[in-house]
Amino acid sequence: MFKILKKERLAENISRLVVAVPHIARAAKPGNFVVVIPTEKAERIPLTIADADVEKGTIAIIFQIVGATTKLLDSLKVGDEIPHLLGPLGHPSHIEKFGTVVVIGGGVGIAEIYPAVKALSKAGNEVIVIIGARCQDLLIYQHELGKQCKDLRITTDDGSCGRKGFVSDELKDIISSGKKVDLVVAVGPVPMMKVCCEVTRPHKIKTVVSLNPIMLDATGMCGVCRVVVGGKTKFACVEGPEFDGHEVDFKELTDRLKPYRDVEKQALDHVCRLLSITPQ
Amino acid sequence: MTNRSARERISDFNEVPRGYTAEQAIEEAKRCIQCKKPKCVAGCPVEIDIPGFLKFVAEGDFASAVKKIKETNALPAVCGRVCPQEDQCEKECILGVKGEPVAIGNVERFVADWERGTAPAVSRSDRGGGKIAVVGSGPAGLTCAGDLARLGYQVTIFESLHVTGGVLTYGIPEFRLPKAIVNLEIEYIKSLGVEVKTDMLIGNVYTVEELLKDYQAVFIGSGAGLPKFMNIPGENLDGVYSANEYLFRINMMKAWKFPEYLTPIKIGKKVAVIGGGNVAMDAARVSLRLGAEEVYIIYRRTRREMPARVEEVERAEEEGVIFKNLTLPVQYYAGDNGWVKEAECLQMELGEPDASGRRRPVEIPSSNFKLQVDTAVCAIGNSPNPLVPHRTPNLETEKWGGVIVTAEGLTSIPGVYAGGDIVRGAATVISAMGDGKIAAKAIHKQLSAGGI
Ligand SMILES: Cc1cc2nc3c(=O)[nH]c(=O)nc-3n(C[C@H](O)[C@H](O)[C@H](O)COP(=O)(O)OP(=O)(O)OC[C@H]3O[C@@H](n4cnc5c(N)ncnc54)[C@H](O)[C@@H]3O)c2cc1C
Ligand SMILES: Cc1cc2nc3c(=O)[nH]c(=O)nc-3n(C[C@H](O)[C@H](O)[C@H](O)COP(=O)(O)OP(=O)(O)OC[C@H]3O[C@@H](n4cnc5c(N)ncnc54)[C@H](O)[C@@H]3O)c2cc1C
Ligand code: FES
Repeated sequence: MFKILKKERLAENISRLVVAVPHIARAAKPGNFVVVIPTEKAERIPLTIADADVEKGTIAIIFQIVGATTKLLDSLKVGDEIPHLLGPLGHPSHIEKFGTVVVIGGGVGIAEIYPAVKALSKAGNEVIVIIGARCQDLLIYQHELGKQCKDLRITTDDGSCGRKGFVSDELKDIISSGKKVDLVVAVGPVPMMKVCCEVTRPHKIKTVVSLNPIMLDATGMCGVCRVVVGGKTKFACVEGPEFDGHEVDFKELTDRLKPYRDVEKQALDHVCRLLSITPQ
Repeated sequence: MTNRSARERISDFNEVPRGYTAEQAIEEAKRCIQCKKPKCVAGCPVEIDIPGFLKFVAEGDFASAVKKIKETNALPAVCGRVCPQEDQCEKECILGVKGEPVAIGNVERFVADWERGTAPAVSRSDRGGGKIAVVGSGPAGLTCAGDLARLGYQVTIFESLHVTGGVLTYGIPEFRLPKAIVNLEIEYIKSLGVEVKTDMLIGNVYTVEELLKDYQAVFIGSGAGLPKFMNIPGENLDGVYSANEYLFRINMMKAWKFPEYLTPIKIGKKVAVIGGGNVAMDAARVSLRLGAEEVYIIYRRTRREMPARVEEVERAEEEGVIFKNLTLPVQYYAGDNGWVKEAECLQMELGEPDASGRRRPVEIPSSNFKLQVDTAVCAIGNSPNPLVPHRTPNLETEKWGGVIVTAEGLTSIPGVYAGGDIVRGAATVISAMGDGKIAAKAIHKQLSAGGI
């Protein structure tokens, strides 16, 4: 049982929890994630460790409320306990001095890039961060990321904050400005990561993406998270979740994310009934 | 033992056999002729005093019978249900030469069930023995932990999943091994003083080296949880599952109670299960219970070579599973919705014997045919879980992944022992328990002699 110490609403439908879990805080590295089971009958869902504090023995998770289990997680309050929290999982991000690194976060992926931005800056890289969301209200972590890098760029689909357009447009501009980019890291929705890879491919700039397939055990025992990278099937939970984006079969990833969409609606309705709220 | 009718049982998840009455158990136990040199005991990987416990049953003293079994086997209700007795104790029974061997497993099951609910007879020494870490709560880990606790050690089991029991919980379905029984057996181990920590992935949260700083010895029983795939085109289509995923969703996450339990599963009308072992039979029989109309077992050899227990194959057949033997899938095709729609298969024939002594299946050229399916479950086997070996640099393994151990279960790292499926590859519950016992004995010997 792991106590929730802090809860914040960062944007409409995005929450941040700080949880006391010293053994995970101690071992967590940038790029690692956890599996959360918010109530005994819920799913096991993977969430990135958005921050870890070894001294306080806490980790932060930031999640978008998209379905039944994230809804249940969001129904927990400060002082409540999360029954199951497993981690740290996955390979940590590869951190070293690369030179100039562009780190891109889209949607809730903005929260996921925070530990990597922190670590890449600390390792002596020049870090340019691009974050994007549909509109200003959905932008998160602007302030925190601003503190970890010198160059933070913002895009929104509707132009309500920063540049009107997509993160990939900003990436294109950086590259065509003639700046030498040594590495791109992109975390966010599948289409966003795919487009970023298309932008960097002709320039042969190595691009790391963090894949988010459906997961179950997240310890390498079921294979539901399999993704095709460089023509080979890999288990993203233990061999990833970060991979070379130029090698990823994004079409297959998209197909493998959809099999339960119809029944997930039923699960959400069930949870809304449990929580006595009307489904949106 | 009599079984419930196939029609009745495929409509629920309750157990198939009805179990003995007290009279039946006594009658069966009386058949034992109490051999002076009982061969059945030698056939049991944990060396239960079989004639000894049967004698108590024959006298109607069930309490003493359970006590006798529990001297060497902490999980009799499990073993009485899932052990392949036909290949072990019952195979050696002298009565089997001319007629039917004593149904040792059924009697074991009866007395274990009889004891359930009554407080377990616990005997343990004081906790002076030191601290031991056990990785994995499957039968290997549970047995090792139970034995060491009884010897007075302070034992902590680290389990990566949120449930305990390993395959007993996540793999073998409810109708073959009720989870209430597994939980009681685990409670018994806990009553011996063993602490169980779930949600702890060793290798990630603590390395084995780190454990060795806090514990005097480590036992690795992390099982054979890595699912094998065939690496054929279409295997990543929606609707194609590994048996582990399928059984995880159903047994561990209780997807059959969706949406009360939130993990979904989609079982099609026509399900093809690839493989011929216990895992394949379980996946097939679960599918029937969840409403599939046609369930195929697709196996590349013949029924005679099937590694599954005969009893399970028979039950699957009674329940209506269709066996397509000498058949090998080579590709899956998707329908418009992206879901698997067809499995293309080849017909096989048996050729020369291979390394395992079984006749090798050989493809018949141009025998391709297509089978309409909307779910495919790949149950062709599991390999040793690579996670702990990957994160433990000095732990030596075989090329196929098995952790290398001595006859006493010692690995290449002093103080680190291993047993069960992580050493053998996918094997049996009882062999995992046997390994756990051997390692417990060796750990005790080593620590009594002054540590590592
Ligand atoms: C390694 C990893 C790290 C992740 N980190 C985070 C994180 O830090 N914050 C966060 O908000 N989310 C993260 N995710 C995604 C998160 O796990 C899913 O949003 C969550 O499982 C949804 O659960 P649910 O029951 O609420 O919704 P469901 O009912 O399962 O799904 C609702 C909708 O979301 C879609 N969906 C489900 N799973 C995913 C997925 N993995 N990716 C994209 N869409 C999905 C479904 O198709 C459906 O349309 C991560 C995923 C992975 C694999
Ligand atoms: C569907 C199915 C049906 C079967 N039917 C039978 C049968 O009828 N009869 C029979 O005798 N055998 C049967 N078997 C085989 C039998 O279940 C196994 O041989 C036995 O369970 C092996 O025991 P184990 O303790 O070595 O491993 P497991 O039971 O696999 O337990 C290993 C445990 O370790 C945990 N773990 C793994 N990695 C880590 C880590 N890094 N840190 C912490 N924990 C970890 C796992 O989550 C798991 O709980 C069946 C197997 C399956 C899959
Ligand atoms: S989630 Fe099960 S193997 Fe990756």
